[in-house]
Amino acid sequence: MFLHDIGIIPRGDKKSEPNPDASKITNLTRRGFVVGSSLFVVGVTLAGCSRYEEPKIDPDSLDLPAAGPSPLTEVKGGDATPALWIAIEEDGTVKITCHRSEMGQQVWTSMAQIVADELDADWENVEIVQAVGHERYGDQNTDGSRSVRYNFHRLRLAGAAMKQMLEEAAAIYWKMDPSECEAELGKVGNSQNSDTLSYGNLAKVAAKLQVPEEKDIAVKDPKDWRYINKEIASLTIPKITRGEGTFGIDVDIPEMVYAVIARPPQLFGKTGAVRDEKALAVPGVLQTVKLPDATPPALFKALGGVAVIGSDTWAAIQGRNALEIDWVDGPNASYDSETFADQMVQTAKRSGTVRRKRGDVAAGLSSADSRVEAEYYAPHLSQSPMEPPAATARWDGDKLECWACVQDPQATRQTLSDLLEIDKENITVNATWLGGAFGRKSKPDFVVEAAIIAKEVGRPVKVTWTREDEVRHGYYHSVSAQRMEAGLDANGKCTSYLHRTVFPPIASTFAPGMDVPTDGEMGLGATDVPFSMPNLQVESGNAKGHLRIGWLRSVSNIYHAFAVQSFAAEMAHAAGRDQKDYLLELIGNARNIDPADEGATYPNYDASIEEYPIETARLSNVVNVASEMAKWGRSMPSGHGLGIAVHRSFLSYIATVVEVAVSPEGALTIPGVWLAVDAGTVINPRHTRAQMEGGTIYGLSNALFGEITAKNGAVVQDNFPSWRVLRMGEAPRAFEVQIVPSNTAPAGVGEPATPPAAPALTNAIFNATGHRIRKLPIIGASGSRLSLPTEETA
Amino acid sequence: MTITLNINGKDETVDAAAGTPLLWVLRDHLKMTGTKFGCGIAQCGACTVHVDDSPTRACITPHDTLEGSKITTIEGVTGGAADAIRSAWIKNDVPQCGYCQSGQIMAATALLDENSNPSDEDIDAAMSGNICRCATYMSIRRAIKEAAGDL
Repeated sequence: MFLHDIGIIPRGDKKSEPNPDASKITNLTRRGFVVGSSLFVVGVTLAGCSRYEEPKIDPDSLDLPAAGPSPLTEVKGGDATPALWIAIEEDGTVKITCHRSEMGQQVWTSMAQIVADELDADWENVEIVQAVGHERYGDQNTDGSRSVRYNFHRLRLAGAAMKQMLEEAAAIYWKMDPSECEAELGKVGNSQNSDTLSYGNLAKVAAKLQVPEEKDIAVKDPKDWRYINKEIASLTIPKITRGEGTFGIDVDIPEMVYAVIARPPQLFGKTGAVRDEKALAVPGVLQTVKLPDATPPALFKALGGVAVIGSDTWAAIQGRNALEIDWVDGPNASYDSETFADQMVQTAKRSGTVRRKRGDVAAGLSSADSRVEAEYYAPHLSQSPMEPPAATARWDGDKLECWACVQDPQATRQTLSDLLEIDKENITVNATWLGGAFGRKSKPDFVVEAAIIAKEVGRPVKVTWTREDEVRHGYYHSVSAQRMEAGLDANGKCTSYLHRTVFPPIASTFAPGMDVPTDGEMGLGATDVPFSMPNLQVESGNAKGHLRIGWLRSVSNIYHAFAVQSFAAEMAHAAGRDQKDYLLELIGNARNIDPADEGATYPNYDASIEEYPIETARLSNVVNVASEMAKWGRSMPSGHGLGIAVHRSFLSYIATVVEVAVSPEGALTIPGVWLAVDAGTVINPRHTRAQMEGGTIYGLSNALFGEITAKNGAVVQDNFPSWRVLRMGEAPRAFEVQIVPSNTAPAGVGEPATPPAAPALTNAIFNATGHRIRKLPIIGASGSRLSLPTEETA
Repeated sequence: MTITLNINGKDETVDAAAGTPLLWVLRDHLKMTGTKFGCGIAQCGACTVHVDDSPTRACITPHDTLEGSKITTIEGVTGGAADAIRSAWIKNDVPQCGYCQSGQIMAATALLDENSNPSDEDIDAAMSGNICRCATYMSIRRAIKEAAGDL
């Protein structure tokens, strides 16, 4: 009927039958992981044997030991109880619940790889069930590049525990010792004869058995992995090539009507007089709904304005165009991003709050043989996933059900409960596929809008954001100004380093007036700087937010890596040294760094610094690997240059070398990119490579073209011509990725390729042209080439 | 107003307001959601369909100009080029989120239908109207060349 296919996806290219219950997993009891009913007998021909007919097991005929509660509810990472994650049907289908949101990072596939490997399931039989938002799954916030890191251990346990229970079920049926039974690829065999029992046949018995304790569960030795760390094809892509699969904007439920919203141009602007006669005269427009004005803090509230309800999306859009609304200025009416940029640059010139300190920077700078100084500026950015935000809401009395492309269905449910003041138990949030997200869809304001409007209209409503809505009313990547100062000794070696960073914090979206960069943001590339000079100081300066500030792929790492890695190259230039050699010297000897030793409050991506230390050896290694890949130091044609940057973020280490070619007229192309990544244990190398390409090009796009500005409190850009993103012809011609083999704990891959992209690019432009870029974007929305300095200044 | 449109070889009766773009007729009226909304102004290519075999932006094409035309969407595109493109897309795991990929596949299929051995420049020209924010451009280029080789 509706959403029939968001939960289940078949193997290979076969089509699945609609399954109306695909997302209804709430009926599964904690131990009742058996669903499905059809009688099924497996006939298997074993090589060299006569035909073996697998007997159909009747669980009631067996004398099963009593089982107590699951001992796996609170292992590292959360609940590993097999029934929460795995349902085996009688036909052998293995349904694996994915509680993270699929947005192109192939999390359906990676989560399934982990479970299926330890379960020793036949990959051909694996299907995914998308979880609703619920606390029982633990963290569902699909951001921070942490789906694998948070769930690797417990999903391995869940799969391995399930496998042991299937083996035990077979042992009971065969009246053998469990040690004589061994599972492999969806069947259990034994050491006494050639009989096998399929998982589908054993599942009902296994369901009644005691879940083992963590200490009694044997996970595989990595050398025995069948799916983990293997190039397994995506579970979603065959459907995508047929236009199947349901994104948030594709949801269709009976009686549904369509809404678009005219929102106040300024954050916290108010809706004055509304004249909707012309809107109501548009064919297909059904009604208008005035939303309550938004008040600080922004949180994930609806922004206010007027919704137009139509019998299709086009009618609603046309109706909105015909609305006449008197907007009333709010507290951000005077915000002008250009003026504000000047203020931030001034703030960066003044002493700030010390966030990390080693030695005495002031003394070091004043006694240095030479000084290097630079200021960097990076603008607001929009996440702009190809699917704009969209949400559908349906009320049934006091019960609310929503379908939406959200990165965190659990937080969405909590937000709806808080803002609409309804009991959480009365809210169901279904996560659809996400047509990209990049942080935008971790903010469920659009679901709140749908819920408010559906209640008012008395029918199910789908709210669609147009591209203009998405560009003008986002949660923007923060604007930033940074000042760097360095002191070099007589040999050009850096002895003192000062980094001062100024930006409106994301916290300003959640607490009115909050203008102090947080420890979390400072730890994204500023306080965790891995350099070894004797005097080092990291400072922050305050800045207020005037737009909604939010997360964007890799967050503060973008501007911090831009400044730090550009400045490393500027120091190298001042010292007359090779960029790559100087970068390795700045990083220094192999050691582990804890910024807390030097006064920083450092969250380390919510991971322990013992399990995930900052290892300079891994940084230096990726620098060397990427340099070798790019043949660093090779002679370049005129107008060509190589640039390098290295950055640790989301616990992964990435070095990127970019080659640019700049024509005498300033036309810029990117002949190649070479990237080395050390992300610890990697679940799927081919999808990791895809994230490295995608994350890098996302960063290149932002650096070359991306800029959101505001005048009179309102965002100026509105769609892809004025908010420009990188296209096919502008993409690198060659892109090589090398994954450093590692058996350490898994780290992030979705975001960490983005931060080094911009400084690798600007360092390459410097080496090609002698032109140093300190202000982004490089080309901008309407430009077609670099504006190169005249010969005197270059 | 009621008109008949030929979509994927089948006649469909549609009752939508005059001037409604084909995109919204497909998505909201016919529930064919494989064709995507990305920008509404023919800048991103997510809505690409074929009208009489030519790649066309459904978001700016009024449906009532298409009576008598042959409309093909991602759900119905078939033939040598489409099969080769789909198979290369799957083999190379081209899509990430997949949202723009209906449009990418329709544009790439139209390219190969016209030109069975496209150069890098041909690919740039045919595909630069299709934005992918996941930046699958490298994979798209690889897969188009592979599909061309399979034709």
